[in-house]
Amino acid sequence: MSTHRIFARPARYAAIAPYLWMVLFFLVPFGFVLKISLSQTAIAQPPYVPVFDFSEGWSAINAAFAQLSFDNFRLLISDSLYISSYLRSVVVAVTSTLILLLIGYPIAYGMARLPQRWQPIAMMLVIVPFWTSFLIRIYAWINILQHDGLLNKILLALHLVSSPVVWLSTDTAMYLGIVYSYLPFMILPLYATLSKMDPSLLEAASDLGSSPRQAFWLLTFPLSLPGVGAGALLCFIPIIGEFVIPDLLAGSGSMMIGQTLWLEFFTNKDWPVAAAAAVALLVLLVPPLLLYDRLQRRTLEGGR
Amino acid sequence: MSGQSPEIDTAKINTAVAQATAPANDTPLLRVESVSKKFGDFRAVDRLSLDINAGEFFALLGPSGCGKTTLLRMLAGFETPDEGRILLGGRDIAPVLPHERPVNMMFQNYALFPHLSVRDNIAFGLKRAGMARAAIDTRVGEMVALVKLDGLEKRRPDQLSGGQKQRVALARSLARRPKVLLLDEPLAALDKKLRESTQLELMELQRRLGMTFIVVTHDQEEAMTMANRIGVMDAGRLEQVATPRDLYEAPASRWIAQFVGDVNLFDGEVASREHHHLTIATRDGGSIVVAEPRDLVGNTVVSVGIRPEKVKVSRRGPASDAGTSQAINRLEGVVTDVSYLGGSTVYKLKLDSGAVVRSSIANTARLDIDTLSAGQRVVAWFTPDDCVVLEK
Amino acid sequence: MMARRIGRMSPFNITALALGMAFLYLPIVILVIYSFNASRLVTVWGGWSLRWYHESFNDRAMLDAAWMSLRVAAVSATIATLLGTLAAVGLVRGERFRGRTLFSGMLYAPLVMPEVISGLSLLLLFVALNAERGFWTVTIAHTTLTMCFVTVVVQSRLASLDRSLEEAAMDLGCDPVQAFVRVTLPLILPAIAASWMLAFTLSLDDVVIASFTTGPGSATLPIRIYSEVRLGVKPEINAICTIVIALIAVLIVIASLASNLSSSEAKSAAPL
Repeated sequence: MSTHRIFARPARYAAIAPYLWMVLFFLVPFGFVLKISLSQTAIAQPPYVPVFDFSEGWSAINAAFAQLSFDNFRLLISDSLYISSYLRSVVVAVTSTLILLLIGYPIAYGMARLPQRWQPIAMMLVIVPFWTSFLIRIYAWINILQHDGLLNKILLALHLVSSPVVWLSTDTAMYLGIVYSYLPFMILPLYATLSKMDPSLLEAASDLGSSPRQAFWLLTFPLSLPGVGAGALLCFIPIIGEFVIPDLLAGSGSMMIGQTLWLEFFTNKDWPVAAAAAVALLVLLVPPLLLYDRLQRRTLEGGR
Repeated sequence: MSGQSPEIDTAKINTAVAQATAPANDTPLLRVESVSKKFGDFRAVDRLSLDINAGEFFALLGPSGCGKTTLLRMLAGFETPDEGRILLGGRDIAPVLPHERPVNMMFQNYALFPHLSVRDNIAFGLKRAGMARAAIDTRVGEMVALVKLDGLEKRRPDQLSGGQKQRVALARSLARRPKVLLLDEPLAALDKKLRESTQLELMELQRRLGMTFIVVTHDQEEAMTMANRIGVMDAGRLEQVATPRDLYEAPASRWIAQFVGDVNLFDGEVASREHHHLTIATRDGGSIVVAEPRDLVGNTVVSVGIRPEKVKVSRRGPASDAGTSQAINRLEGVVTDVSYLGGSTVYKLKLDSGAVVRSSIANTARLDIDTLSAGQRVVAWFTPDDCVVLEK
Repeated sequence: MMARRIGRMSPFNITALALGMAFLYLPIVILVIYSFNASRLVTVWGGWSLRWYHESFNDRAMLDAAWMSLRVAAVSATIATLLGTLAAVGLVRGERFRGRTLFSGMLYAPLVMPEVISGLSLLLLFVALNAERGFWTVTIAHTTLTMCFVTVVVQSRLASLDRSLEEAAMDLGCDPVQAFVRVTLPLILPAIAASWMLAFTLSLDDVVIASFTTGPGSATLPIRIYSEVRLGVKPEINAICTIVIALIAVLIVIASLASNLSSSEAKSAAPL
């Protein structure tokens, strides 16, 4: 124990620089988002009031505080545009996560059953696309899905359709893009729990009279549930705030909350409403984040 | 139907405490016929044959890598033999999948299902057999009582001690009343004290249930304590199958004599034969007379084995040969080492030929006036009956 | 024991794996193939050609954007690796200190935070500070995001390191800092190198945060690609994407060679 304490002091000094960096560039900006979400739009630079001006003394700051209001949040819960984008975000995230589970589980299961020496290679193959640019991978799909793209050509050649199908700017394309981008996030935690499973448990199940199918549902699946939970949340959380994929692949009909925020900010220049949407998005993320944290803690404790 | 454990899916299921062992039939319960198993170029099991009778407590003993676990896993169905047949009650079980075999296994690491309670672990195999709920509850209750786990039924495996886990694993594999229970190093994970008491409990349990147990172990003391018969394996082959006593007192080879217990060995050649006594000219111990009923035709190069506790040591040797009708072998040398072990003392003697002989003498009295110490010149002696002739 | 467990693959397992891998890789392979298409029509095969590579090398705006992106990626990855490693050391070796929970919380939050929020909040800070937006604002934004990934990678390596190595170093006369520099640092170097690569590729990949934090006239490569892609598929974009993929592939190969090298060194050093 004592050697650990010898290290503690210099190690704490090491934390000072990153600590200050994160306070300045993560925590403080966050305060700005909160504050501006309570401000009003103005045609000015920056485009909102009140602006805290410390040069005018304490009374001016008090006056500025008095100007803050919850109007933006009232707008968010009264305007159907925001409510529907909220709902759409949740629906898209839930649906995508379910599809990802259905596709990712068999792949992760197959990986875990590969001969030992092949497993690191398979894992590498799943990780590599994660390193490849996300934008490029979406673009690759646009190539395939466009009107005279490869997919339509193949479908026409096989006489499965008689005229080109519209793929781009549809929900199908968006789900395809999301599933494609997030598949590694689903596979890796699933594979981690499945490969850790002691093979003698399956032998014991078989010894006690389970067929392979029964053994899967009675043992493998229940024991992989922590991985299912981790994978599902690892996908669900970022999909909720997704912007690029729905923007490039989905139609312009209904928007996810990330798109709404972007629209308010860049197109409508309504910074306060955009900030309020950001706060609302964060609130939406709190429950799954807490769940994820609890799950991680439980697996850590279970591992001991 | 005999008192043997009934099929799991038959409705007639007796109480957990079955009656006494059935009389042995003509055909063995389990017959292994020249079975081989290769992993790549490595022959884990090499044309091995073995019969095990109903009600036996059989131990497979051998160094690690000798193939004993592979043989056990073939019996359970987790490995398939490359050659040979395995017959259970006269029926070839090669095509029977592990989950359909009337054989259960207790795993070395217990393989308890971490997400199920003690009760559900024990009930697992019964549910798969389609037993009625009430019958399962009764059976689980019996099993819990049998392995003395009362009050722990609702616990998860990670809330149990090592000894308790071992009991759950045992109860789970016994619950289906298998014809044969396979135990893979069942006590390896327990500490020494607990291991000794559990050995006795396992023997008691096996006697009460009249079930056939096959245990794999690398611990010869464990095998000797528990088993009726022991099969010693080396390099995929059975070197000897015998009762613990025969294994120790009449080892079939030089290797077994060395593997099971401690032994002094003298290499030599058969010099003469007279009735049941052989005289063997040894390199290090001179002529040694051995009682040997077998006729060693053609094989004159042998070793003489004598267990340390059968070698007596004193300053002057035996008073006379008159007490026995046979010649006594005498060796002279110097004490080089004395190890006091409590129950016995081991003396190491260096013979004039340079060879080392060990003698183990029981400390039958608390005070011993006549102790030997290093440097003393002594005589070691033993009777021809206490020697064994070992070939190879 | 000798009882080896052979992976028992069912046809279902094999099919799932094959389809999964095809799904992951086919779109990228198709993109790369089409980047060598001679035809202007993206979907009509006109034979092999390097035409679009030539054209994209003559696209001034695209080249500027690429140069900007590479600079941002290199600088932000370097700062992020430095800060992230320090943060990991503080978290793993610093034990309990005041504000530790807040610190680890701030380092984990950006990993799951939607990029739109990270981008927006940093922009609001830069506006409030009246900072001129361009290279440095994007670099700071990327550093903030990627140092969190660096921290996670280095932290897990550091936590799995055998503490008795440092203790042995101190027993042989090192003070804690020397023990860290001489023993710990060389051992976690592969993880640090890998996290630099990760930070570099993450920066090279980002559209959203860069869109918020950059100023007029200093677009990054992904921003350029993004605005082009919104207008439709162009053969030049195929070529540029292929170049980026090739660059990242080279980085991955270097990274895996480096980690193999260090692990084989560790193996050969082990018996000594």
